[in-house]
Amino acid sequence: MTLELTTHRVLANHLDHPKTLVEHEADFGPINRLSITMDILRESGITGRGGAAFPTAKKVEFLLQQRRATRYIVVNAMEGEPAAHKDRMLLATNPHLVLDGAMVLANLLNADSVIVCIAREHVKTIAQVKAAIAQRGAKRLQGPSFEVQSPPGRYVAGEESALVHWLNSNETLPQYRPTRPSLLQIGRGGVLLDNAETHANIGLIARHGAEWFRSVGTATRPGTTVTSVTGNGKALVVEVPYGTPIRSILSGAGITYEPRALLLGGYGGTWLDGQHLDVGFDDDSLRPFGAGTGAGVIMALPHESCGVAECARIVDYMAKESARQCGPCAFGLPAMAEDLKALASGRNATQSLARLSSRSDVIEGRGACRHPDGVIRFVRTALSVFAEDFNHHAAGHPCQFAQSPRVSYIPHQSDVKDLEWE
Amino acid sequence: MRRTVTFRIVVDPIRCDGFGHCAELAPELVSLDEWGYPILQAEAFPQSDHELHRSAQLAVRGCPRQALTLQKIIAAQS
Repeated sequence: MTLELTTHRVLANHLDHPKTLVEHEADFGPINRLSITMDILRESGITGRGGAAFPTAKKVEFLLQQRRATRYIVVNAMEGEPAAHKDRMLLATNPHLVLDGAMVLANLLNADSVIVCIAREHVKTIAQVKAAIAQRGAKRLQGPSFEVQSPPGRYVAGEESALVHWLNSNETLPQYRPTRPSLLQIGRGGVLLDNAETHANIGLIARHGAEWFRSVGTATRPGTTVTSVTGNGKALVVEVPYGTPIRSILSGAGITYEPRALLLGGYGGTWLDGQHLDVGFDDDSLRPFGAGTGAGVIMALPHESCGVAECARIVDYMAKESARQCGPCAFGLPAMAEDLKALASGRNATQSLARLSSRSDVIEGRGACRHPDGVIRFVRTALSVFAEDFNHHAAGHPCQFAQSPRVSYIPHQSDVKDLEWE
Repeated sequence: MRRTVTFRIVVDPIRCDGFGHCAELAPELVSLDEWGYPILQAEAFPQSDHELHRSAQLAVRGCPRQALTLQKIIAAQS
């Protein structure tokens, strides 16, 4: 994995090793007496970097309203999204910046412990973060304790209710939450859960203030985004201000071809036609196209590939990643995956297009978590961006690239059987 | 200020196992998808509709998984 960086805020500009605490303090200043106030957090306007773009200050306020004897700060670095690798990159370069953010939030909320969650398959990241925690331990700082927890890295394992449920009871299952914002609890303690990149930015806001943070990015999404860019056989991470035109992000990541289409946000994200390369990468700019930044993912699909076949492959993966707790998701997603497979091969697919649309309407909003809704968003935007291709496939004329090697990366799903629906 | 009270049924999709009793007991409020899972009428019904209220209660009580709840919605109206 190589890197091209366009901005250096939370991503370090060297990659051979994670910064040690000594190097970190030399670069960013000392970590003792680092703190953040509620006002600064609010003024910074920082929004979550994990996909939902929720204002972090509102989450903190919500937790402060609850009387809690114990509070926990959870750093979500699960990164179950196969097209994303930015949290790992962040922790492999600037682990202390992430821990700084968690530390100042812990002090603001009177939380005694910080739990960094990293998928157990990401062995190297776990070791890097444990080493960073050990370096801080030697300093005997006041403040929260730090620990690493490593749930199995399934797609839904990083969903906040699933992650907190795992911390409570060792099952990575999303929970039914009829009211939002919902209470997240470990035992009887309140939980503040944020993405690792959000924490890293808070580590910088604590040092440089709200105005500095807002000096790049857009009014509604200030700051930078650490974006995972994948293209023909390449996987790169770039840090750019929100609102940067997609074209610049692609060239910054070394992708030189004009893509047929872009998958934005992740495998539960949205497709955008390749003709919209000059649109800014932020949610306000992307909304008119029905797209969004999600977890900071851009996959550039080359013209020499089949959008229908890529969709079939990704939806099949997403269907298998369902926790199989809710009927509409457990049965609906595999049914949609079957229709997409039929379309990809161009065999027996005459009814498939209509069924994909009607099933999208039926399944939407009927899961306990947003996993099925993500797939539906993905399918709907695919049907629109690849409309012509889908029609040809449905008529039994798959495109010439239907048998070409795929662009999207699908993780090995060895333990799918463990989660079989009974 | 007046308050309007309406009701609707909500389902815990994790609890629901698709027995389908709700669609039998409250066909005006619940239909089933192709896999047998309930699709609930999103629109709330007024408190004055005693018949619907009765059906909704039957569906809620009749669910073998206790997955349904009758939700009371109180809205302020000026």
